[in-house]
Amino acid sequence: MTSALPQTIPGLDAAALRADFPILGQQVNGRPLIYLDSAATSQKPRQVLDAERDFLTHANSAVHRGAHTLAAEATDLFEDARATVAGFVGAAPEQLVWTSGATMGLNLVAYAIGNATLGRGGASAARFALQPGDEILTTAIEHHANLIPWQELAARTGAVLKHIPAREDGTLDLDAAASLIGARTRLVAFTHVSNVLGIVNPVAELVALAREVGAVTVLDACQSAPHLPLDLPALGVDLAVFSGHKMLGPYGVGGLYGRAEVLEALPPFLTGGSMITTVTLDGAEYLPPPQRFEAGTQPVGPAIGLSAAVRYLGDVGLAAIHAHESALATRLGDGLRQIPGIRLLGDAAGVERVGLWSFDVDGVHAHDAGQFLDSRGIAVRVGHHCAAPLHRQYGITASVRASAALYNTADEIDELLDAVSGIRAYFGAES
Amino acid sequence: MSDLDGLYRELILDHSKHPQHFGLAAEDGANATSHQRNPVCGDEITLRARITSDGDAIRDVTWEGSGCSISQASASMLSDLVEGMPRTEARTLIDGFREALRSRGQLELDEDVYGDAAALTGVSKFSARVKCAMLAWVALEDALARA
Repeated sequence: MTSALPQTIPGLDAAALRADFPILGQQVNGRPLIYLDSAATSQKPRQVLDAERDFLTHANSAVHRGAHTLAAEATDLFEDARATVAGFVGAAPEQLVWTSGATMGLNLVAYAIGNATLGRGGASAARFALQPGDEILTTAIEHHANLIPWQELAARTGAVLKHIPAREDGTLDLDAAASLIGARTRLVAFTHVSNVLGIVNPVAELVALAREVGAVTVLDACQSAPHLPLDLPALGVDLAVFSGHKMLGPYGVGGLYGRAEVLEALPPFLTGGSMITTVTLDGAEYLPPPQRFEAGTQPVGPAIGLSAAVRYLGDVGLAAIHAHESALATRLGDGLRQIPGIRLLGDAAGVERVGLWSFDVDGVHAHDAGQFLDSRGIAVRVGHHCAAPLHRQYGITASVRASAALYNTADEIDELLDAVSGIRAYFGAES
Repeated sequence: MSDLDGLYRELILDHSKHPQHFGLAAEDGANATSHQRNPVCGDEITLRARITSDGDAIRDVTWEGSGCSISQASASMLSDLVEGMPRTEARTLIDGFREALRSRGQLELDEDVYGDAAALTGVSKFSARVKCAMLAWVALEDALARA
């Protein structure tokens, strides 16, 4: 497989960065590991592993309580981490709520709105309350995490769930969105980048449509946060979520960003320790955001690890990362289009992309294709990628997804292309 | 033979391309049906059979479904294997099949007992694929329990 594209993209030396990722040096099935499943979970650099280990080795202690030296140090590190991660998405520290991940963040928002609907949160929360017949709008391309919480919220409140359709080429139908978003629309939840299609969606246009009718906007930024420069306040969304483990950070930590006035007005979801001001046997008053939404013990070590991860991403530079991964996406897409029997999902021309493609192999089930690639040491995702409705729209139940990160090289893409070109012959699907 | 070739024996690819007993029979006369789904990959199988009242045997096994070559081949091989078999014997075979597949390559399926399905032995080295091979067998187990 040859290509006219350069092997390295100016500004980012992926081959050098790989030295920071111990896991990438290993062999799988007798071949050097080619890890192309970063949209599922990214690998972690030494800097992240070290940050979490250093914290646990030298400073581990309960945060926001206790008067001893370690408690103060742990609290400082924890709040510094919040400021660092908030800054990474252009936000102020008090606009960032720690969660266990994006799924938790989206459920937090859905349940907080459900609580507002039940009258919790007082007059300031009334703006979020849903009436029967009010409309929640999501899209046809969402991850289940940004779909099912809204299905449940609609079922609990009598609201109606509607979907912005996607065109065959994977782009959202903005004309349909403009006619769907109306006086009854109270919330619009959509993904910045689909984890199946890799296309960067038009956030500004959707936010403008939602604002016209006063609807709350919720952005799933899982697949954009590690891959392109992200300024959530500039995007204008009310709320946004991301997962630490997809952005070089540890498992079990993520962020919920909110505009200050939105977080201040939302009632809590989880309640308990650490989120209160005064408590009696009959009731309690709550802290302002972000602590109002952080009941119970927080993932302190993972949060410190995540702050090391976003520092790492920032040091490499998100613009350079985006350029590198876009070039890998172009190389992969161009190569896959030349292989007979391969159908790319969401093959829109002229759109901004992150470094991932999902594809169908004619006559070969995705699991079999993935097994074949694994025998070559290539790790890809197979299945519906938690986006079953989108796969149904394409008439399939499963696809193969290759997703790159800053540590992937053009050589690895070429190895994948070479392997993919052998799949149909191996399974006798060419006849 | 590589592990991959051990997983995808020619027999498995043959069965997946030319599945036996494929095409679900009408419900008339059948008294045992089960639909099974693997939520991880979306694979699904519906298996149907008639359990005779006199000989307590499994008859008229048919199935349909969609999925990877392992799940489809396994359904085809199972249908061939149990046609006409007493249900108690089928239950014993299902238990033995499950034990072998979960053995992480330690146990082999006896070709004299399992016929073509013995070719699925290699699946036990691939823990992520055991559910694919088990899907039809779980469907038969469930169908027998319902009959």
